[in-house]
Amino acid sequence: MRSYIMRRFGLIIPTLILVTIITFLMVRFVPGSILDLMIGDMPPEEGLTYEEMKAELEARLGLDVPVYTQYARWVGILPQKDGGFHGMLQGDLGESLWTRRPIVDEILSRIPISLELGIIALTTAMLVAFPIGIYSAIRQDTIGDYISRSFAIMCIAVPGFWIGTLVFVLPSIWWNWTPPVEYIPIGKDFGKNIVQFIIPGIIMGTQMAGSTMRMTRTMMLEVLRQDYIKTAWAKGLKERAVIVRHALKNAMIPVITIVGGQVPVLIGGSAIMEQIFVLPGIGQYMVNAIGQRDYAIISGINLMMASVLLILILLVDLSYAWLDPRIRYR
Amino acid sequence: MTEDTKDLYAGSVSRRKRRGFFADLAYRFIKEKPLGTVGAIIVILLLVVGISADLLAPFGYNETFVGGKLEGMSTDHWMGTDNVGRDLMSRIIFGARVSMFVGLGTSALGTAISTIIGLISGFLGGKFDLIIQRFVDAWVCFPGLFVMLTFVAIIGGGVAQIIIILGVQGGIGGSRLARSAVIAVKSNLYVEAAKAIGAPTWSILLKHILPNIMAPLIIMFTMGLGGAILAEASISFLGYGIPPPTPSWGGMLSGGARRYMIQAPWMAIFPGLALSIVVYGANMFGDALRDLLDPRLRGGLGRYSGNLLRKPKT
Repeated sequence: MRSYIMRRFGLIIPTLILVTIITFLMVRFVPGSILDLMIGDMPPEEGLTYEEMKAELEARLGLDVPVYTQYARWVGILPQKDGGFHGMLQGDLGESLWTRRPIVDEILSRIPISLELGIIALTTAMLVAFPIGIYSAIRQDTIGDYISRSFAIMCIAVPGFWIGTLVFVLPSIWWNWTPPVEYIPIGKDFGKNIVQFIIPGIIMGTQMAGSTMRMTRTMMLEVLRQDYIKTAWAKGLKERAVIVRHALKNAMIPVITIVGGQVPVLIGGSAIMEQIFVLPGIGQYMVNAIGQRDYAIISGINLMMASVLLILILLVDLSYAWLDPRIRYR
Repeated sequence: MTEDTKDLYAGSVSRRKRRGFFADLAYRFIKEKPLGTVGAIIVILLLVVGISADLLAPFGYNETFVGGKLEGMSTDHWMGTDNVGRDLMSRIIFGARVSMFVGLGTSALGTAISTIIGLISGFLGGKFDLIIQRFVDAWVCFPGLFVMLTFVAIIGGGVAQIIIILGVQGGIGGSRLARSAVIAVKSNLYVEAAKAIGAPTWSILLKHILPNIMAPLIIMFTMGLGGAILAEASISFLGYGIPPPTPSWGGMLSGGARRYMIQAPWMAIFPGLALSIVVYGANMFGDALRDLLDPRLRGGLGRYSGNLLRKPKT
């Protein structure tokens, strides 16, 4: 196990470096748009031509040095203009191009919101997906299975933003009720906060439940075909014992990976839900940054998300190897 | 194989096998997958509506009716009109065209990219494969929607741009699937044989590997359809996808339209309904096709309901 962990950690480092390079380069192919946009927004200064303003702005944003220097500064292995090291390695993602506010602070203050949404969604997804997925597998090709599978595909097909929109429209017409849109922190009023988060959370969760349900079903089916299940039946065990004690335990291992793999989808979904339900989370920060073409924020969020996911994937893989010894010895 | 043995062989297998691959597939598909067939019909309908939108739509997608704002459903406007006074049904029909282009274009581009990366990386193996795979690993760490939004912010919105962005994004992720298919195929004897007679790598890839990974590629293509349509709608919903006035189902649910939805709920209902039905159909279709093409997932002897110890199903 130890050598497996070491090997996995060894592999994560080049991937992490690549992640930073991809993040950095992604926004460097930008044509002059952000500069033009900002110059258009700046108060016209006396006696400055467009080129001069552009050069000044480039210098202020640190875009006047070669790309590799910019990258090294951003990562934190070369000193910034003021001589200090403020890069990723120092836990500094820079500041917003527009508001000059530090990106890390902004992200940290928004994490609880996105996290709360994510936890509600994940819980909903698992509560819905596991029982239905298992039922669907042990009653394969029955009416119940068809209904469950159709439901699963429906969860995937019906877009969350549509349901989110309808939640605003229909109750308002029928009962004159609209979901609250003013963000209430969890510490201020727990009840109101939960009411506010539960609707977008459940919508996201149901969307996620679709693929989780399908995977649970597939994994269960795979396990149910194994010889040890036949043995269990042959021993004369009750269905309950066969399913719970023999099949479920083995089927759940790969399902962990799948739930882990769903997190990127969850993050995307949260961006949309935060937008609709006006929750000041990370997704909303990202979408606003896209609108303003604030590339510093965009890079910062992309990098943070990718690193979090990379570590999550590692943890999932490790837990997988820990739960299933067959993996380690490959 | 001589002429005689060929006949002998043909006589010994069932009549069904004489049909071509695709005809046989279609036959089995309709017979064994009723839900998948419904999905296929929905997809075909999308194509028909998308292609002949000009003929089917009663009005132009940007044709406004003065004094006809937010009109309810009527015989003139089956789905009502929007806040600018445009016929909603016409806009949904033209929206089908956008979804069709994005769905097919993205799936085709994505599958092509996956295939190329998968073929090269899987077949050559070694250091090259290792480097490519680290890149793919890094790429799939980024949440899809954020990467798409980032690229839209850089290259702008529009049907072609969206297809490129979604295709590249999906293609790199999907290359893992193509790669594992290639690796599974390349250890076959016929590949060894081709190598032994000195066939060049490109010829082995095209003549021996590619035809044998067709099934996963077809699956990838169909499975990608619904996802691509949904992704475009999500981006357009956030306001960065297809620029107005071109109607996109996602875009129709966003922006200024949202303020009028309580007055005119049809504006909120129909675009989402169209989107849901199409994505549902595409996913059903892709799913059924995968069941048929991927024998590993096909129910067989080990099927639980046909368990040898429980009441056997006939």
